[in-house]
Amino acid sequence: MKKRKARLVQGNRACAEGALAAGVRFFAGYPITPSTEIAEIMSEELPKLGGKFIQMEDEIGGMTCILGAALTGKKVLTASSGPGISLKQEAIGYAALAEIPCVIVNVQRLGPSTGGPTSTAQGDIMQARWGTHGDHPIIALCPSSVYECFTLTVTAVNYAEKYRTPVYVLLDEIIGHMREKVEFPDISELEIIDRKRPDCPPVDYLPYKIDKTLIPAMADFGTGYKWHVTGLMHDETGFPTGKPEIIDAQLKRLMNKIEKYEDEILLWEDIETDDAEILIVAYGSTARSAVEAVENLRTEGIKVGLFRPITIWPFPEKALRSKLENVKHIIVPEMNYGQLSLEVERVCKDKAPVSGLYKVNSLPLSPNEVMAKVREVL
Amino acid sequence: MRPDLQHLFRMEKLPHIWCPGCGHGIITRAIAEAINESGIDLDKTVIVSGIGCSSRAPGYMNFDTLHTLHGRALAFATGVKLANPELNVFVITGDGDATAIGGNHFIHAARRNIDLTVILFNNNIYGMTGGQYSPLTPTGKMAATSPYGNPENNFDVAALAIAAGASFVARGTAFHDKLLVNSIKEGIKNKGFSLIEALSMCPTSYGRRNKMGSAADMIKHLKDNAVNVVTAQKLPPEKLEGKFLIGTLHYKPYREFTEEYDKLIARVQKEGK
Ligand SMILES: Cc1ncc(C[n+]2csc(CCOP(=O)(O)OP(=O)(O)O)c2C)c(N)n1
Ligand code: SF4
Repeated sequence: MKKRKARLVQGNRACAEGALAAGVRFFAGYPITPSTEIAEIMSEELPKLGGKFIQMEDEIGGMTCILGAALTGKKVLTASSGPGISLKQEAIGYAALAEIPCVIVNVQRLGPSTGGPTSTAQGDIMQARWGTHGDHPIIALCPSSVYECFTLTVTAVNYAEKYRTPVYVLLDEIIGHMREKVEFPDISELEIIDRKRPDCPPVDYLPYKIDKTLIPAMADFGTGYKWHVTGLMHDETGFPTGKPEIIDAQLKRLMNKIEKYEDEILLWEDIETDDAEILIVAYGSTARSAVEAVENLRTEGIKVGLFRPITIWPFPEKALRSKLENVKHIIVPEMNYGQLSLEVERVCKDKAPVSGLYKVNSLPLSPNEVMAKVREVL
Repeated sequence: MRPDLQHLFRMEKLPHIWCPGCGHGIITRAIAEAINESGIDLDKTVIVSGIGCSSRAPGYMNFDTLHTLHGRALAFATGVKLANPELNVFVITGDGDATAIGGNHFIHAARRNIDLTVILFNNNIYGMTGGQYSPLTPTGKMAATSPYGNPENNFDVAALAIAAGASFVARGTAFHDKLLVNSIKEGIKNKGFSLIEALSMCPTSYGRRNKMGSAADMIKHLKDNAVNVVTAQKLPPEKLEGKFLIGTLHYKPYREFTEEYDKLIARVQKEGK
């Protein structure tokens, strides 16, 4: 297996390199801490590959610009944080409804509002799920290491293309800014997915066709298909409709297209869960503290394990439930006031009580704090 | 519909949703005519719009069409054009769409001088939402949200575009049909940001409230108050009082963004080797 030489790489850089490896050739965005490095790296690297970078006048521009680019057939990325992600929400809904593949990296910072630009947080978990108005499917991936920033950005681009959907990569400031020694896989070792394009003649093309795959083919603008894209409710042809039965059928397809493929979308990791009586559910940088806590507590003979959802949305609920056999208590440490805890509670409450460990003061959750919480529920 | 223009429309989508007497249909037809006469590749043409009555036009037009979000047409179009500069990219937008919610994208697209042909359907009002005032509603005029007369100052959008860096700016009207078609053709030819301000009329939401009479009266108003820029040069200032200029207001070819970016790529790739 060919490997690149090990380097000391920052999480944000790993995201940028992952995107490029996955074939992203268009970036539009607006600088904001702690995500700015991604834009800077893309501005330097994209032209070398014949790709395009543009610094837009605001984050709404960044988001909408990549959607325009995606319609010409490009794989696209934007990156932002806190206030910038809030600004992008309307356009993320557009991407969901018009089914335009795109990846949004959110390097989470302390909020609400300007909050703490350089402080870490995990306060955007529910925003990623419900930030834009109206029901819509979303995929959000949550790396816990620099290596995963690379690999999961590749996965995010692949998912966006395969399922014609916006995909978030949710970092937190710690993951975005930390440096680790890594060897990324060579591009030749990666599975790279391109969107399905129509093979029918333009007259037969239905950009929102309801078939058993639930994912319609997407024609590049400029290739003669002359199709219509709108954020209005539309029928199979892409044109606006007010017919309730058609709206119903299209929205159901939209929601089901992610659910149908959950088996191939869902990602998670579990550590020491086989005999675990206390289960920690953690993600992002918090999961790193949880791993350390599990290791330390295990040396004391405490039966504790970790379940780490990597796809936060959709949430790997079946996988989590399969780990609960001996579990007497679940702990969810998060750098927010209890966002994923709600989801964990929904999934597990008939099996075991769920306690949150919340910290929102600009500081990371330490292994000691996680250990103390475990001891508290013992 | 003229037979020679029918292939540019999605005939099955007609009739359109606009009110009787609305100026937007005339301007849409003028765009089709200009595209037809300019001979550009129809398969390589994309029409982008925002949200508003005007922004519904692309749905009737037989191209790759992109009906976006209120105010964001220019940002979407920037992505389309930069990602594939081969495409001819048109933007159809309203006065509210372009200069209120989309004002930031408007000045920056003009500043970049990105090669877009922008047709701004100016009916001086938010038509779609029922007649609230826009940044192009003249001071003092009645609107659903200015029941005592508009207390705000209005933009001169052509001057705004020129100041921001657009390389081609023209004004036409729904009455001066031929001139409008020519202006759009000039805009297509210009390699850069081209703004064609097309004065439209909204009898439903603007004319009625401002006692401007029927649609025919409104179109007569456009006819009576327009002065061609060439003619205007020969007229004393008092003759231009209360009038507006039509024709090419500004033409200054200038470095265009997507071409410059391609040069940048070529330079970086050469230096990298
Ligand atoms: C974010 C957002 N805000 C408000 C609206 C409501 N809205 C729809 S069209 C419109 C005004 C359109 O006016 P204009 O751009 O002048 O076009 P016209 O309808 O007059 O052609 C408004 C305010 C919206 N669709 N989206
Ligand atoms: S409301 Fe005004 S702008 Fe809209 S279709 Fe009617 S006349 Fe035209």
